[in-house]
This record gives sequence, structure tokens and C-alpha cells, in this order.
Amino acid sequence: MTENMTVLLDESGIKRALTRISHEILERNKGVRDVVLIGIRSGGAFLAEEIAKSIAIIEGDAVQVGSVDITLYRDDIKSHALRLPVGKTEIGFSLQGKKVVLVDDVLFTGRTIRAAMDALMDHGRPECIQLAVLIDRGHRELPIRADFVGRNVPTSLKENVQVVFNEQNQPLEVVLEK
Amino acid sequence: MAEFKHRNIIALRDLTRGDIELLLATAENMREINSRDIKKVPTLRGKTIINLFYEASTRTRTSFEIAAKRLSADTVNISTSTSSSTKGETLGDTALNLLAMKPDIIVMRHAVSGSHYHLAQKVTCSVINAGDGAHEHPSQGLLDLLTMKDKFGRLDGLKVAIVGDITHSRVARSNIQGLTKLGSHVYLAGPPTMMPPEAERLGSVTVCASMKEAIQDADVVMMLRIQQERQGKTLMPNAREYSRYFGLNPENLKLAKPGAMVMHPGPINRGVEMSSYVVDGSQSHILKQVENGVAVRMAMLYHVCGGELE
Repeated sequence: MTENMTVLLDESGIKRALTRISHEILERNKGVRDVVLIGIRSGGAFLAEEIAKSIAIIEGDAVQVGSVDITLYRDDIKSHALRLPVGKTEIGFSLQGKKVVLVDDVLFTGRTIRAAMDALMDHGRPECIQLAVLIDRGHRELPIRADFVGRNVPTSLKENVQVVFNEQNQPLEVVLEK
Repeated sequence: MAEFKHRNIIALRDLTRGDIELLLATAENMREINSRDIKKVPTLRGKTIINLFYEASTRTRTSFEIAAKRLSADTVNISTSTSSSTKGETLGDTALNLLAMKPDIIVMRHAVSGSHYHLAQKVTCSVINAGDGAHEHPSQGLLDLLTMKDKFGRLDGLKVAIVGDITHSRVARSNIQGLTKLGSHVYLAGPPTMMPPEAERLGSVTVCASMKEAIQDADVVMMLRIQQERQGKTLMPNAREYSRYFGLNPENLKLAKPGAMVMHPGPINRGVEMSSYVVDGSQSHILKQVENGVAVRMAMLYHVCGGELE
């Protein structure tokens, strides 16, 4: 770790935040009936798995988990991005009439969320879409807000917020890079 | 991270192993789109793709068109019978006229080997080869690789027999390039009149004296179409004799590994290069090849839009 990096959340901090988010999701939706979690690749998909585990412990009931890759739906797709590989979208169930909780690691401009919502709509018509994020760092460019937030972190545009995962794709820490 | 650095896809010979693996990975992940209710993503919105076909084609042209539409690109189809080439316009002039209408990609099929290199020099948009003479057919090569990878999970170390009219086959040339770059062993067989002189120079391949030798213990048996439109009249006595020595039937298929894949680029001459029992049999992956064609072509259109990396 270099000097211009600050740890915003450590492993247990992340765990507590995700546990609280899990409780809030259950409270808002009165249980897990018709609730599905969709994580945005790659960070959000890992966090969705963690939230699903935590909901299973709290409620004793499993929720379905899927993941969405938004590469093909980006609005900033410059020619450079087209050279890069496309990730996999795995939604092994219908979204028709489901309460979808979209999960991402860091909420920033909101453009990723816009792209993800467009992608979800192409998979069916959910009853509603809610948004859960581990970090909200502000600077929205679209009218989008999160329903469940792990930690609000005021940042400057020059800074960078990163969620670090281990090799088993479990979240280790959140760092702020100046 | 791997990056695709080419503006054009003209031959698998021009691509590296990494390029080919990237195209296959993208194709695998794009397949999901084709099984949805809404089979469309907005990625290439506003891009214009011209399908310029100087030779007959059903599968390839339809597949490229569907691929473009699933990525939201606009497509225009031009075939020889309706184009100005029948009025004597040269390929170069046609290209410049099309370019003046600002397309982003020209997908071309042409009877002359290497014509795409000529086209690519004339135009500033991307060029994709949908088959040029007896040179290459890269999208067919890639979809064949993807179909084999689906079954075996790898291409490294596979024994692939390619049987038939090697001389006139662009499918064989693209497969030889792709397969050998990804570590498969390629065995060729065909009548001596349909085997190019010094066939070994096509790549690191083994040229077999008989069909039996080529398909013995093969993981994949790929049969080629007898291209009557490209051949003179003297290459084979008749279809029945060809079928006896170089046709695939349930009997000689037993020489290959149990459950070996049977492939054919289509269109099939039933009863000539393959018996109907094999075409419709459980080992046939022919329709799977066609299905993978759309995903592979989506990946090709997607990645060439990234343009050339200096």
C-alpha cells in the first residue's frame, strides 16, 4: 500500500455493511418472496453472492442470484473499448414480475446502473428494480440513487475508489486512491 | 488484458493465437443474447454494415446479417445479380462508391483469392472476409473452432481429419490456420487430383495417403463439399466412385474415436461426401456449427469496430 491510499473499510467493516444491507433488503421486501439479486460484473457480482449468503443465514431461505455484464450496453463505448473481451451475462431465470435488487460495488456517475437497467429490461419486465451499493461516492450524472448503501463517501473527481477482492472473490477492503 | 488490434479480418493466417482466443471468448459470451426473448443489444447502434456478395451464399450472408442486426447495426445487402459489377464496374470502383456512403464495415465474398487485401487498400472502413476464392473463410474457421471447443473444452492436442477437395477449399485453409495455431493436429486426405502440390506447406499438417489413415482415432472428422463450380470436369470420374473412396459412412466412421464429432461446412451433397445416416446421425454437429456461426460473426463485427491499434 502506497502513501496516497486510504483504507475506507476493512474486511469486517465490509461484512457488517453487507449484513445491514441484507437486513434492509428483507425489511423493504418483507422477506425473500420474488426477490432476486443481480450483480454487475465483476465487483457487483461477487458482492451479490455475499449478500445472498447473508440473507440465507438471516432468513433461512435462498434467493436466486444472477450476474450481468454491461459492456454491450455502455454509452461511452469508444472504439478502444470494443477491442476488449465481453464478459458473460448469467441470468438463469425469468425476471418477469420479480423484485430485482441490482448490486454494484461503487456508485459513481450512475451510467453503469443505467446500462445495467437497460440490459435487465431485455431479459423481461421485473416488478421493480432496487439498487444496492457498497460505496456511494457521489458525482451523479444521471437521476439515479441507491436504495441500500453500505457507506457514503464524499470524494473529489480526481480520487478513485476501489473494492479489493481476494482470489476466492471475497471482498477484502475498500481503498481510496488520491 | 488481451486486446483485439486489427481493423480487418481477412485471414486467420494474419491473426495470432491470442487474437483467435479473444474472438472465441467473446463469441461464447455473446451466445447468451441469441437465446433470449429479446435478441438484440444496442452495442453497434448507428453503424452501417454492407454485405457485398459476389458469390452465392445462404448460410454465411444470412448469418452475418442476423449477427449485425442482433448488435443493432444497420445492414445493406448487395449481391452480384443486382450490383453494377454486371455493368462492368471494377471491384476498386465499387469499393470507392460504397465508401462514399460511409459504411463502417464491408463484409465481402468474392471468387478471387486475395481480393480482400485489394479492397482493404482502397477503403478506410473495416473489411471482413466472408470467403475469397480458394484462399480463406475465417468466419467458418472460427465457428468450427468454437464448435470443437464446446465439445472438448479445449483444442490443444485434438486430432482433426479434414477430408475432401483440399485444393479448392477455403474452409480447409482457415481451419488449418486456426487449428494449428491453437495446438490441434491436422490430418488431410482427398483424391490426389484434389490435393494441392506440397500440401504440407499449408501449415504443420500431415498429408495422408488414404481417408482411412486420416480418420483413424480422430476426435473430429470434417468433411468438405465437392465444389463442382470451382473444379474442372476431370478431377473425379463420378460421384459414386468419389463416395466409395472418400465418402463418410457409418462403417468407416467407426475408425475414428468413439463419439467423434462429424462436421461439414455445408451445403452438403448427401450421398457424395457423406451418407445421410451420418449427416442426420448422433455424431453430427452440422447444425451446431450453423448456430455458432451467428455468435462468432457477432464477435468479429464487434471487435473490428475497435479499429487498428498502432
